[in-house]
Amino acid sequence: MQEVVIVDYGLCNLDSIARAIEECGARSFVTAKAADLDDADKIVLPGVGSFRQAMANLTEAGFDRALPEAVCERQVPILGICLGMHLMAQSGSEGGDTAGLGLLSGDVKRMTPLESNSRVRLPHIGWNDVSPRPDFPLFDGIDEGTDFYFVHGYRVEGADAEVLATVDYCGTTTASAGRDHVMAVQFHPEKSQTAGFRLLKNFLAY
Amino acid sequence: MLKHRIMPILLFKEVGLVKGVGFDSWRRVGTAMQAVKVYNMRQVDELVFLDIAATPGGAAPDFQQIDELADVCFMPMTVGGGVRSVGHVRELLAVGADKVSLNTGAIENPGLIEEAAGRFGSQCVTISIDVRREADGSVQVMSHCGRQATGLDPVVWARRVEALGAGEILLGSVDRDGTMAGYDIEAVRAVADAVGVPVIASGGAGSYEHMAEVIEVGGADAVAAASIFHFTEMTPKGAKRFLGERGLPVRLS
Repeated sequence: MQEVVIVDYGLCNLDSIARAIEECGARSFVTAKAADLDDADKIVLPGVGSFRQAMANLTEAGFDRALPEAVCERQVPILGICLGMHLMAQSGSEGGDTAGLGLLSGDVKRMTPLESNSRVRLPHIGWNDVSPRPDFPLFDGIDEGTDFYFVHGYRVEGADAEVLATVDYCGTTTASAGRDHVMAVQFHPEKSQTAGFRLLKNFLAY
Repeated sequence: MLKHRIMPILLFKEVGLVKGVGFDSWRRVGTAMQAVKVYNMRQVDELVFLDIAATPGGAAPDFQQIDELADVCFMPMTVGGGVRSVGHVRELLAVGADKVSLNTGAIENPGLIEEAAGRFGSQCVTISIDVRREADGSVQVMSHCGRQATGLDPVVWARRVEALGAGEILLGSVDRDGTMAGYDIEAVRAVADAVGVPVIASGGAGSYEHMAEVIEVGGADAVAAASIFHFTEMTPKGAKRFLGERGLPVRLS
């Protein structure tokens, strides 16, 4: 059975993702030690919190170097979720400009209402339908228009060629980004029931 | 398009789930675990779980209980009751809450909202505002599980919590609670117009029509309900079918 290492940097909701991964047929291992990435078959970078604080915690534990090493050198597949996705980008603006892990292109910016719809509610909370790129295995068997659960006020902008799925909120928002074995989602697959479990299984099967 | 959420509320007191009228006369309605399992199977949009004994009894949230429930809850879960410190918020997020609801703790110490939003992000800080409509038609904010009048105006308080970093407002009505006579649409409208964060209407749902009204007329983004799901044949899925037929965006899968 493959072992999925879940990175604990002191800010997250870890139980839900750990349990969801086990329900999907893998072993999950939650750790705050960067050295534990050595034995990972897959890595999940979850997250709730503010970008700056999260990056400081990752750095203090040595994940700022261990994660790029595992992902870029040893090619360990990674899935970033919500703030985890943001941390994988180049930089974040929440709590002051901060460099990210640089695993994905794009920068994290606060969402703002479009002028044409200034009454839109923020943060973006609830179920919204995503449009996935048809050719990427993370979204295998997940139809255009499938609802996922979102809860966020910031988003990755400028992911360009790495955008894997979009959601229509405050204009076109990146719902998923990635390339090859580097994957990230803005929504919460561990809370998105049938569709979310399908996506996690796709990640496990990569 | 973002969907209107239908959110069952589970009120927890000591060892079981309860439901009352006017924040009082609690009836036992089963165990929390059983309810979470059923709602999980039915794939509801989101659950609200409030420990109503915690604040009046001066207790901290029951983290172990929440942990056990979250383990079988593969759906979004907002948890509240007795939350008085950033440590409580962190612990609830760690055991599986997606959002934490603050009420009395935020009224007594508004700085807690700012602190929690700064640490964990606004998106997981829900402020629960319970209002009571008085005989003269005015409304005021109530604390301590609807028992203590604060003299706060709901609109003023809602704007303040938004400015401090709240990411969502759960607006409840003490006098409509458990009556199944309909939401306090006027109170919901006033708060929904005043803030830019999502507003969940709660208290008084007795029919699917009530839910449609509080969205269409009250401007609510989501609706929460308890009695209607505990004591009638009506279900979250039935509510969504009704709203969908009215042309309101809901998740029907």
